[in-house]
Amino acid sequence: MTDRIEKSIEIKAPVSRVWRALTDHREFGHWFRVRLDGPFVAGQVARGRMTYPGYEHVTWTAVVQKIEPERLFSFSWHPYAIDPKEDYSAEPQTLIEFTLEKTATGTLLRLVESGFDQLPEKRRFDAFRMNERGWGQQMENIARHVAGAP
Amino acid sequence: MSGASALRRPAAVFAALGDETRLAVLTRLSQGEPQSIARLTHGTALTRQALTKHLRVLEGVGVVRSTRLGRARMFALEPQPLAEARDYLARVSQQWDDALARLKSFVED
Repeated sequence: MTDRIEKSIEIKAPVSRVWRALTDHREFGHWFRVRLDGPFVAGQVARGRMTYPGYEHVTWTAVVQKIEPERLFSFSWHPYAIDPKEDYSAEPQTLIEFTLEKTATGTLLRLVESGFDQLPEKRRFDAFRMNERGWGQQMENIARHVAGAP
Repeated sequence: MSGASALRRPAAVFAALGDETRLAVLTRLSQGEPQSIARLTHGTALTRQALTKHLRVLEGVGVVRSTRLGRARMFALEPQPLAEARDYLARVSQQWDDALARLKSFVED
Protein backbone atom coordinates (compact mmCIF):
# COMPACT_ATOMS: atom_id res chain seq x y z
CA MET A 1 0.00 0.00 0.00
CA THR A 2 1.16 3.48 -0.85
CA ASP A 3 -0.26 6.99 -1.25
CA ARG A 4 0.17 6.88 -5.00
CA ILE A 5 -0.76 4.71 -7.91
CA GLU A 6 1.79 3.95 -10.60
CA LYS A 7 1.16 2.10 -13.83
CA SER A 8 3.06 1.57 -17.01
CA ILE A 9 1.94 0.01 -20.22
CA GLU A 10 3.72 -0.80 -23.46
CA ILE A 11 1.74 0.26 -26.51
CA LYS A 12 2.62 -0.87 -30.02
CA ALA A 13 2.14 2.51 -31.67
CA PRO A 14 4.30 5.59 -32.18
CA VAL A 15 4.50 8.23 -29.45
CA SER A 16 2.63 10.69 -31.66
CA ARG A 17 -0.31 8.29 -31.95
CA VAL A 18 -0.50 7.67 -28.20
CA TRP A 19 -0.16 11.39 -27.55
CA ARG A 20 -3.18 12.10 -29.74
CA ALA A 21 -5.23 9.41 -28.01
CA LEU A 22 -4.39 11.04 -24.67
CA THR A 23 -4.82 14.71 -25.46
CA ASP A 24 -7.40 14.95 -28.22
CA HIS A 25 -10.55 15.35 -26.16
CA ARG A 26 -12.63 13.17 -28.48
CA GLU A 27 -10.09 10.36 -28.53
CA PHE A 28 -9.55 10.63 -24.78
CA GLY A 29 -13.29 10.47 -24.30
CA HIS A 30 -13.54 7.35 -26.40
CA TRP A 31 -11.36 5.11 -24.27
CA PHE A 32 -11.85 6.95 -20.98
CA ARG A 33 -15.59 6.87 -21.49
CA VAL A 34 -16.45 10.51 -21.05
CA ARG A 35 -18.02 12.95 -23.52
CA LEU A 36 -16.07 16.19 -23.13
CA ASP A 37 -17.45 19.64 -23.94
CA GLY A 38 -14.25 20.89 -25.58
CA PRO A 39 -10.49 20.48 -26.04
CA PHE A 40 -7.99 20.24 -23.20
CA VAL A 41 -6.31 23.57 -22.44
CA ALA A 42 -3.56 23.88 -19.83
CA GLY A 43 -4.77 25.73 -16.76
CA GLN A 44 -8.43 25.29 -17.62
CA VAL A 45 -11.22 23.10 -16.39
CA ALA A 46 -12.25 20.24 -18.66
CA ARG A 47 -15.85 19.16 -18.27
CA GLY A 48 -18.01 16.44 -19.64
CA ARG A 49 -20.33 13.56 -18.95
CA MET A 50 -19.34 10.03 -18.22
CA THR A 51 -20.37 7.54 -20.86
CA TYR A 52 -19.39 4.57 -18.71
CA PRO A 53 -22.47 2.29 -18.56
CA GLY A 54 -24.38 3.04 -15.39
CA TYR A 55 -22.60 6.34 -14.76
CA GLU A 56 -24.08 8.44 -17.57
CA HIS A 57 -25.63 10.84 -15.05
CA VAL A 58 -22.24 11.75 -13.61
CA THR A 59 -20.48 14.98 -14.56
CA TRP A 60 -16.76 14.59 -15.11
CA THR A 61 -14.42 17.50 -14.35
CA ALA A 62 -10.68 17.88 -14.22
CA VAL A 63 -8.25 20.78 -14.19
CA VAL A 64 -5.70 20.45 -16.96
CA GLN A 65 -2.24 21.13 -15.55
CA LYS A 66 0.43 20.55 -18.18
CA ILE A 67 0.46 19.75 -21.87
CA GLU A 68 4.04 19.22 -23.02
CA PRO A 69 3.73 17.75 -26.51
CA GLU A 70 4.51 14.05 -26.81
CA ARG A 71 6.06 14.01 -23.34
CA LEU A 72 3.74 14.93 -20.48
CA PHE A 73 0.01 15.40 -19.99
CA SER A 74 -1.29 16.06 -16.51
CA PHE A 75 -4.53 17.01 -14.81
CA SER A 76 -5.96 17.09 -11.33
CA TRP A 77 -9.36 15.84 -10.26
CA HIS A 78 -11.44 14.42 -7.48
CA PRO A 79 -10.84 10.70 -7.70
CA TYR A 80 -13.80 8.38 -7.58
CA ALA A 81 -16.21 11.33 -7.57
CA ILE A 82 -19.15 9.30 -8.78
CA ASP A 83 -22.01 10.32 -6.52
CA PRO A 84 -23.90 13.28 -8.12
CA LYS A 85 -25.47 14.12 -4.75
CA GLU A 86 -22.10 14.72 -3.14
CA ASP A 87 -20.27 18.04 -3.31
CA TYR A 88 -16.64 17.20 -3.88
CA SER A 89 -15.39 20.77 -4.24
CA ALA A 90 -13.93 20.86 -0.75
CA GLU A 91 -12.28 17.47 -1.14
CA PRO A 92 -8.62 17.01 -1.98
CA GLN A 93 -7.62 16.59 -5.56
CA THR A 94 -5.17 14.08 -6.84
CA LEU A 95 -2.75 14.69 -9.69
CA ILE A 96 -2.68 12.43 -12.72
CA GLU A 97 0.47 12.49 -14.83
CA PHE A 98 0.88 10.65 -18.10
CA THR A 99 4.40 10.50 -19.49
CA LEU A 100 5.42 9.00 -22.80
CA GLU A 101 8.66 7.45 -23.85
CA LYS A 102 9.71 6.04 -27.21
CA THR A 103 10.74 2.40 -27.18
CA ALA A 104 12.00 -0.03 -29.83
CA THR A 105 8.50 -1.36 -30.39
CA GLY A 106 6.39 1.72 -29.78
CA THR A 107 5.60 3.73 -26.68
CA LEU A 108 5.99 3.23 -22.98
CA LEU A 109 3.17 5.05 -21.25
CA ARG A 110 3.52 5.76 -17.55
CA LEU A 111 0.74 6.90 -15.29
CA VAL A 112 1.10 8.26 -11.78
CA GLU A 113 -1.81 9.34 -9.63
CA SER A 114 -0.59 11.02 -6.47
CA GLY A 115 -1.83 13.15 -3.62
CA PHE A 116 -4.19 10.80 -1.83
CA ASP A 117 -2.89 12.23 1.43
CA GLN A 118 -3.62 15.85 0.49
CA LEU A 119 -6.52 16.40 2.79
CA PRO A 120 -7.37 19.73 4.41
CA GLU A 121 -7.22 17.86 7.71
CA LYS A 122 -3.55 17.42 7.19
CA ARG A 123 -3.01 21.00 8.36
CA ARG A 124 -3.86 19.74 11.80
CA PHE A 125 -0.97 17.37 11.64
CA ASP A 126 1.83 19.83 12.20
CA ALA A 127 4.32 17.02 12.24
CA PHE A 128 3.22 15.99 8.79
CA ARG A 129 5.88 15.64 6.19
CA MET A 130 6.38 13.20 3.44
CA ASN A 131 8.86 10.55 4.20
CA GLU A 132 11.57 11.21 1.66
CA ARG A 133 11.95 7.68 0.50
CA GLY A 134 8.19 7.22 0.46
CA TRP A 135 6.35 5.23 3.01
CA GLY A 136 5.01 2.69 0.59
CA GLN A 137 7.30 -0.04 1.80
CA GLN A 138 6.50 0.58 5.42
CA MET A 139 2.81 0.48 4.63
CA GLU A 140 3.36 -2.80 2.85
CA ASN A 141 4.83 -4.14 6.05
CA ILE A 142 1.89 -2.97 8.08
CA ALA A 143 -0.57 -4.26 5.50
CA ARG A 144 1.13 -7.64 5.70
CA HIS A 145 0.82 -7.59 9.46
CA VAL A 146 -2.88 -6.85 9.34
CA ALA A 147 -3.58 -9.08 6.36
CA GLY A 148 -4.53 -11.86 8.75
CA ALA A 149 -7.60 -9.80 9.72
CA PRO A 150 -9.00 -8.61 6.40
CA MET B 1 -20.31 3.59 -1.62
CA SER B 2 -20.78 7.29 -0.96
CA GLY B 3 -17.96 9.00 -2.75
CA ALA B 4 -16.81 11.82 -0.52
CA SER B 5 -16.91 10.00 2.78
CA ALA B 6 -15.29 7.02 1.14
CA LEU B 7 -12.41 9.24 0.17
CA ARG B 8 -12.28 11.29 3.32
CA ARG B 9 -11.37 8.43 5.54
CA PRO B 10 -8.60 6.85 3.47
CA ALA B 11 -7.18 10.31 2.79
CA ALA B 12 -7.13 11.08 6.51
CA VAL B 13 -5.46 7.74 7.15
CA PHE B 14 -2.84 8.46 4.48
CA ALA B 15 -2.23 11.89 5.98
CA ALA B 16 -1.86 10.53 9.51
CA LEU B 17 0.61 7.92 8.33
CA GLY B 18 2.78 10.41 6.45
CA ASP B 19 5.07 10.62 9.45
CA GLU B 20 7.90 8.27 10.32
CA THR B 21 7.30 8.33 14.06
CA ARG B 22 3.66 7.42 13.70
CA LEU B 23 4.50 4.67 11.26
CA ALA B 24 7.03 3.31 13.72
CA VAL B 25 4.45 3.39 16.51
CA LEU B 26 1.96 1.60 14.30
CA THR B 27 4.49 -1.02 13.35
CA ARG B 28 5.18 -1.69 17.03
CA LEU B 29 1.48 -1.94 17.75
CA SER B 30 0.98 -4.30 14.84
CA GLN B 31 3.20 -6.85 16.49
CA GLY B 32 0.89 -7.95 19.22
CA GLU B 33 -1.22 -7.11 22.22
CA PRO B 34 -2.18 -3.61 23.47
CA GLN B 35 0.70 -1.60 24.89
CA SER B 36 1.04 1.17 27.44
CA ILE B 37 2.69 4.52 26.75
CA ALA B 38 5.58 3.52 29.01
CA ARG B 39 6.18 0.41 26.97
CA LEU B 40 5.83 2.23 23.66
CA THR B 41 8.40 4.87 24.61
CA HIS B 42 10.79 2.27 25.99
CA GLY B 43 13.98 2.13 23.95
CA THR B 44 13.04 5.19 21.86
CA ALA B 45 14.02 8.85 22.06
CA LEU B 46 10.36 9.84 22.29
CA THR B 47 9.04 11.69 25.29
CA ARG B 48 5.77 10.66 26.79
CA GLN B 49 4.22 13.95 25.66
CA ALA B 50 5.40 13.54 22.09
CA LEU B 51 4.14 10.00 21.89
CA THR B 52 0.78 10.98 23.37
CA LYS B 53 0.40 13.57 20.64
CA HIS B 54 1.14 11.04 17.92
CA LEU B 55 -1.20 8.49 19.44
CA ARG B 56 -3.95 11.11 19.49
CA VAL B 57 -3.52 11.66 15.75
CA LEU B 58 -3.63 7.92 15.10
CA GLU B 59 -6.69 7.55 17.32
CA GLY B 60 -8.30 10.49 15.51
CA VAL B 61 -8.33 8.62 12.21
CA GLY B 62 -9.32 5.36 13.87
CA VAL B 63 -6.22 3.27 13.29
CA VAL B 64 -5.45 3.09 17.01
CA ARG B 65 -7.88 2.42 19.81
CA SER B 66 -7.24 2.85 23.52
CA THR B 67 -8.70 1.19 26.56
CA ARG B 68 -8.14 1.63 30.28
CA LEU B 69 -6.46 -1.09 32.24
CA GLY B 70 -6.38 -0.02 35.85
CA ARG B 71 -4.57 3.31 35.84
CA ALA B 72 -2.83 2.76 32.54
CA ARG B 73 -4.18 3.46 29.09
CA MET B 74 -3.48 0.69 26.65
CA PHE B 75 -3.18 1.29 22.93
CA ALA B 76 -3.96 -1.22 20.21
CA LEU B 77 -3.95 -1.29 16.43
CA GLU B 78 -7.32 -1.07 14.70
CA PRO B 79 -6.77 -2.75 11.32
CA GLN B 80 -10.11 -1.91 9.68
CA PRO B 81 -9.37 1.68 8.50
CA LEU B 82 -6.01 0.52 7.15
CA ALA B 83 -7.73 -2.21 5.20
CA GLU B 84 -10.31 0.30 3.91
CA ALA B 85 -7.61 2.71 2.76
CA ARG B 86 -5.89 -0.15 0.99
CA ASP B 87 -9.15 -1.29 -0.64
CA TYR B 88 -9.90 2.22 -1.78
CA LEU B 89 -6.55 2.50 -3.55
CA ALA B 90 -7.07 -0.94 -5.04
CA ARG B 91 -10.38 0.18 -6.56
CA VAL B 92 -8.87 3.32 -8.09
CA SER B 93 -5.95 1.24 -9.29
CA GLN B 94 -8.29 -1.27 -10.95
CA GLN B 95 -10.11 1.53 -12.76
CA TRP B 96 -6.81 2.67 -14.22
CA ASP B 97 -5.95 -0.85 -15.32
CA ASP B 98 -9.25 -1.01 -17.18
CA ALA B 99 -8.89 2.47 -18.71
CA LEU B 100 -5.32 1.85 -19.86
CA ALA B 101 -6.31 -1.48 -21.38
CA ARG B 102 -9.03 0.32 -23.34
CA LEU B 103 -6.52 2.97 -24.43
CA LYS B 104 -4.11 0.29 -25.61
CA SER B 105 -6.65 -1.54 -27.72
CA PHE B 106 -8.04 1.77 -29.01
CA VAL B 107 -4.61 2.84 -30.27
CA GLU B 108 -3.38 -0.55 -31.47
CA ASP B 109 -6.50 -1.57 -33.39
